[in-house]
Amino acid sequence: MASTRTRHAPTRAARPAPARGTPVVDLRGVSKVYDSGTVGLDRATLSIGRGEFVFLVGPTGCGKSTCIRLLMKELEASAGEILIAGKKLNDMSRQRVPSLRRNIGVVFQDYKLLPNRTVYDNVAYSLEVIGESRQDIRRKVPDILRLVGLSTKLHNFPDELSGGEQQRVSVARAFVNHPPLLLADEPTGNLDPETSIGIMQLIYRINRTGTTVVVATHDSEMVDKMRRRVIELREGRIIRDELSGLYRPDESTTEFAVRLRGEMGVGPEGHPN
Amino acid sequence: MRAGFFLKEAMRGLSRNSAPALAALLTVMLTALVLGVFIPIVQATTGTANEVRNRVVVDVYVKNDATAGERKELRAALDGTSNVKTVDFISKAEGLEQARKKNPRAFKDGAELLGENPLPDTFRVTPEDPGKVNLIVDRLAPKEADGVRVPSLAGIDEVRNKEEDTEKILSATGLVKILTAGLAALLVFASVALIANTLRLSIFARRREVEVMKLVGATNWFIRWPFVIEGIFVGFMGGVLAVLLLTIAKETFIDPLADRFALLAAPETIHFPLLIVVLLLACIAVSAAGSALTLRRFLRV
Repeated sequence: MASTRTRHAPTRAARPAPARGTPVVDLRGVSKVYDSGTVGLDRATLSIGRGEFVFLVGPTGCGKSTCIRLLMKELEASAGEILIAGKKLNDMSRQRVPSLRRNIGVVFQDYKLLPNRTVYDNVAYSLEVIGESRQDIRRKVPDILRLVGLSTKLHNFPDELSGGEQQRVSVARAFVNHPPLLLADEPTGNLDPETSIGIMQLIYRINRTGTTVVVATHDSEMVDKMRRRVIELREGRIIRDELSGLYRPDESTTEFAVRLRGEMGVGPEGHPN
Repeated sequence: MRAGFFLKEAMRGLSRNSAPALAALLTVMLTALVLGVFIPIVQATTGTANEVRNRVVVDVYVKNDATAGERKELRAALDGTSNVKTVDFISKAEGLEQARKKNPRAFKDGAELLGENPLPDTFRVTPEDPGKVNLIVDRLAPKEADGVRVPSLAGIDEVRNKEEDTEKILSATGLVKILTAGLAALLVFASVALIANTLRLSIFARRREVEVMKLVGATNWFIRWPFVIEGIFVGFMGGVLAVLLLTIAKETFIDPLADRFALLAAPETIHFPLLIVVLLLACIAVSAAGSALTLRRFLRV
């Protein structure tokens, strides 16, 4: 997966390109049945190319979270094959799971920050995990926190931050080691519309650096207005996969935010990012 | 390689979760304290039991008219018998002297009345294993079909081992030994279970933290090391406290007592420095292993 770490030029990266090279995410007839008998995912087949921005949408319990958790091997598929950058997750050994996860940034609805660590230490932890040197950590962490707009809250603890700020820390942690794939499970689920736009803008910015992004959300209004590829799930099945050409792939982050605000009816003054 | 980081993490964990850490520390201290008191007690008890068992002897009475050759032969046969530790010869005169010392009043003028010394020459045989003393008796004087023992050698008049006393001693000391061993095993098990449980509580409070670490891509040992270091620290501190209390108790209560009652047989027990080392090592090992093992459940994410 290390080869996919190189950044791409934004114009090339933002275009969906399922035909080119190995897909970053490849699901082949994947099903997940929980021990309780609940069907999480039902014979789902999909392929996500490098640099794509994909939404997984659908009502609660439709299999979005199952999908995300399967991709990071938090769950095992009951049937079918899952490939991440051409590697099968099914026969990946337990020892290899940590290195898979280091190459996938994840953002959760409930942030999942370490409560007894400062913002700085939370982000630094994911660099400590991969054995980054002390100097690199000292350099990279303030950089990424500046990028997400939290350079003044380095030494605050998560419970001293607002929801939006906590989610920004979570995004910073997910992206600090520049993984080739970013998964977000309801990243705006707990946030108000204005804050949500800020977070989506941040994720879009990350996508523009060449990172493949998969966002699970039930906020279909937001999704429609984002005009990105949408995969809709219902009761575990994929019922819609629009390889939508509706949007301009080379739209800049600012343009993106302005359009989004306009379409969602939120005022123009955004987060001072 | 990242020892500094792990150490820092461990210290952070301890200071952020000081309440459960303190509970674990106190648990370790209390169990170490109980063990520290109990180990010498067990040893003293088994020591005393063994001492009592050593009183089990077999007396072989020599015929008064036995020839020198027969005596020699008997002595050689006794030395050659299995399960025999020592053989002491007690002559008629010595036997009388011992009897007189044991019961002076009866001999005040009794011996003179008897005219001559009625006691036989005796070989006193101490067995290697008191539990198998009957082997010696059977060998020297096998039981006939009618239940009467007949000496197997010409020089033997009679073989005696005070059967009733022997049996009592053996069963009583055996029971004491089994009981103390059982109690010791139970105590060790209880200590380990108690420490493991307290550690589990303190780790359970942080299971979400462990889960997040896993999701960020930390390897199991990356997560485990700080917990193991915490365990070592808690075990060490608990052990040190227990040893401190034990030392104080020993200095203030046991030592003066031992001086005053120097006449009492002091059974051989573990040396105090060795006890300290054993306790400390046990505390550290149990806490560290307990932390690592308890964590296993939460690492399966």
